[in-house]
Amino acid sequence: MKPDRWHGVPTRLRPLVEPSSRRGFFRTAGGLLITGSVLAACDSDGPERAGRWLAYAEKKNEGLERALFQHTAIGSAPASVQSAKGEFPSYFVSDTAPVWDDAASGVWRVEVKGLVARPLSLSLDDLRRMPLVTQRVPHFCVEGWTAVAEFTGVRVSSIAAAAGAKPDAAYVDFASFDDGYHESWDRESAEHPQALIVIAKDGAPLSPAYGAPARVHAPVKLGYKNTKYLTTLTYLPERNGGYWSDKGYEWYGGT
Amino acid sequence: MTSPDGAAMEAMSGTSSVPNGAAAGSVPEQHPAVVHRHHLIVRLTHWVNALALVVMIGSGLRIYNASPGFAPKGNSFCCWPWEGMAVPAWATFGGWLGGARHWHFAAMWVLVANGLLYLGFIWLHGEWRDLVPRRGFVRDSIEMVRFYMWVSREHPRQGKHNALQRGTYFLLPYVGAASVITGIAIWKPVQLGWLTALMGGYHWARWWHFMAMALLLVLSIGHVFMVFAVDPYSLRAMLTGGYNPAKSPEERNARPFVNLFGRPAPKEDA
Repeated sequence: MKPDRWHGVPTRLRPLVEPSSRRGFFRTAGGLLITGSVLAACDSDGPERAGRWLAYAEKKNEGLERALFQHTAIGSAPASVQSAKGEFPSYFVSDTAPVWDDAASGVWRVEVKGLVARPLSLSLDDLRRMPLVTQRVPHFCVEGWTAVAEFTGVRVSSIAAAAGAKPDAAYVDFASFDDGYHESWDRESAEHPQALIVIAKDGAPLSPAYGAPARVHAPVKLGYKNTKYLTTLTYLPERNGGYWSDKGYEWYGGT
Repeated sequence: MTSPDGAAMEAMSGTSSVPNGAAAGSVPEQHPAVVHRHHLIVRLTHWVNALALVVMIGSGLRIYNASPGFAPKGNSFCCWPWEGMAVPAWATFGGWLGGARHWHFAAMWVLVANGLLYLGFIWLHGEWRDLVPRRGFVRDSIEMVRFYMWVSREHPRQGKHNALQRGTYFLLPYVGAASVITGIAIWKPVQLGWLTALMGGYHWARWWHFMAMALLLVLSIGHVFMVFAVDPYSLRAMLTGGYNPAKSPEERNARPFVNLFGRPAPKEDA
């Protein structure tokens, strides 16, 4: 006879009132199978009623993300990852890459307005004359891919300071000439030292594929928050949604 | 070999509906008592965990499908031969990328809170002792593998959970923790950039996250397979808490799909 190691095993064993019933077993097993098949309602977007719970979770997550947020946290690209250069995906919501038409719309300028002491209208040359920052940073797409690029531009915080953006402007909306595309940010993220109004990528002026003449870029926000084909910064007391945020992606979109 | 078992069971359960002499009788009568195997908290956290894992893995795969692969743009990646290959839609949950992200970022709290409740409970209540490998783990595991591969005839006597189960149940919280930590590194790659850097960067963190998920999936599928193929009576234990020791795999000498119904184990000569 083999040694029986069941004995002495500290297992809690206490009799239930009812003895075992095979029918009960098959009933519970059957119930489980039904539950399983409901769960396996594959490729589904889940029950409708969950929407409120998901919205609640998004709000709580945003609160946590904003509490975690620090200007000293810097997005840096690992040295082992090469710049994407031409492999950097190019996205716009228009049918073709939007190109600013000087003849139709006049010379391109970026407007800074809303809750500011001095509304600004800056030309590309005005931007070039401001303090420029060059940073090699990762870009995080909501889809999960990353690309590394070297962006050159003016800090959003410099522009806010130049325009005298007011303290009660808790939000800023970045609008574009790409078929109404815009995204609004919390002011805190916009003041991050890596949040730039970018005019050059990898040492060359932005091309229409990458948001020319100027775009927003900051590694602290997911790609869709970084408006390209920029036309306007509006400082606001309230958030103003955004192109993808209004379609159901998280408004905060922070990294 | 069977009578001491029954006596011990009744001694531990505190009550006996069978006279002591009956232990020498037919095998099914000697474990009349259905014993209480799983505490309510264990049962509750088990099923919440099952649901949370289904939602997390399904929505995670939907998120993965938005950009299937790990190489940063303009780079190659050493360790993934299926770059660009999406997971079949039927295995995904959330409907679209934004929906899957909402589910993923909501259910993650359920997974974490439930996991902490479970770990806290088994720690305070002592159940962890049944769920950690013990002395002789390797030998016991080999015994189990030999039995399942028909090398040895008799189901090894290893108690409530055999060595393979103990190994799995011990590993699961660690793999779960790894999936949570790698997930945080993907969620906040700048604000918690030190954590992301620890894993080799964002694309490596995604890879580790995927691998942790894959291991969880393999262990879970193995677990569910063994429940139905070897110990379907444990389903009841995980639902009502009740378990009939006379129908344990040890008593039935159960290998996958063999001896599923209660019957006496082959007698072995002393």
